[in-house]
Amino acid sequence: MQYGTHVRTLREHARRRDRAFSVRQVARRIGVEPAYLSKIERDLVPPPSETTTRRLAAEVGEDPDVLLALAGKVSSDLREIILRRPRLFAELLRQLREAPDHAILRVVREVRDGEW
Amino acid sequence: MITLDDDQLVFRFPNVHPDATCRIAFQRTLRIPDDNRDHPLPPGLGCFPLRHVDDHAGRVPKAWREHGGVFLPMHQSEAMWILFDGEYPMAVKVAAGKIDALTGGRWRNALSGGPQNYVVVPEQPWLDGFCVRKGLIRQFVAMPLGEGYTAEEQLTGEARHGGLQIAVCPMKRPAWDALQRQRHAFHEYPGEACASAPQSARAEMGFAPGGLMRQEVYEDPHGLDVWEQSARSRCFVHVLNSVQYLHVTGAEPPHRPPTAAEYSKAGLPWFEYYAEDRRALDGARKLAGLDSVAQKSWKKGFPPENEPAFPKVVKTLTGGASVREGRF
Repeated sequence: MQYGTHVRTLREHARRRDRAFSVRQVARRIGVEPAYLSKIERDLVPPPSETTTRRLAAEVGEDPDVLLALAGKVSSDLREIILRRPRLFAELLRQLREAPDHAILRVVREVRDGEW
Repeated sequence: MITLDDDQLVFRFPNVHPDATCRIAFQRTLRIPDDNRDHPLPPGLGCFPLRHVDDHAGRVPKAWREHGGVFLPMHQSEAMWILFDGEYPMAVKVAAGKIDALTGGRWRNALSGGPQNYVVVPEQPWLDGFCVRKGLIRQFVAMPLGEGYTAEEQLTGEARHGGLQIAVCPMKRPAWDALQRQRHAFHEYPGEACASAPQSARAEMGFAPGGLMRQEVYEDPHGLDVWEQSARSRCFVHVLNSVQYLHVTGAEPPHRPPTAAEYSKAGLPWFEYYAEDRRALDGARKLAGLDSVAQKSWKKGFPPENEPAFPKVVKTLTGGASVREGRF
């Protein structure tokens, strides 16, 4: 799945219900030129910056982490987390590469419920 | 399992269904006038920050370590509402100080159908307070424990628990599958189808009933049997005085929100919500009989707390809408 194609699919899907999701109007709302968004959607240019990707994700109702991953980027907050303990997190991610979703959820930190 | 993500509690039940997820956030909002007139829905002004109790175990009250869960900061007399988000049906119990916010009864883990002691998500998009009458709630307003204002103290005579208690049960998988099939069939054939209350030294806060608001709490359209009660997850949400929050976490709490009068004068929107085909629950007599914060203050001899507000802009939302954002 390519970044631009995915964005276009989501935007076109939204446009079927609401005309405000034309290329022109979405471009205006995320602060880019319509021609640039059109090129992004056809994968003629590299994916935009993290900030624009986040705005685009909010517009088309996609998880920003999914769009950032398609753009080959890691969000700045995740980068900061990894940079604090790069070896540990690199090892953790490699270990979890093939793990099923439920196993990954098991290592996520849970909110503890106690006695009340 | 419950995780914290972006200041929201995320309840997941992967053993029941991969899609069984519900997000719950605690929204900052205006405190509506406590003048016995009913008001429209106030806006959301962003989420309260949530922190794990375990991360600050050395600085929080001892009982919190036993309760586990999370905590958030609130100013005295500040209000909140609870935002529910998720597509997979969930039954959600909400209590304040272990007093059920729908029935006024003491906390029980189990769901009950008579009277109904839970809301159903996604049918219920939010809950702003104690359900006192059909179509009317009294706003959740944070007050220090020990001053006699909270619902818990008024009903039990004790200031033991404070905070909010939340429990979530997912719909059983066969019931969800059947519901999906019904929805699919429907889509195929659409034609068929503060001013002066005393400051307390106590850092823990509870919730007292505030002003009256027009909000319906909906009946469960599915029935009690569809809920997977063996898969329940629950969380104690403690509330810490904003000043103490800075001491405990080192982080600044959010600013006090504007008053309802300031917000209205600025022409910013309030909301009304209508959902067709949903039946509202009756309110609880026990809760209707409680003193609101203003009534309690008056009995204590304190001057009136919040001035009246006159909303100029009221937006109407219909079923399915969950946007209730405000700015200031």
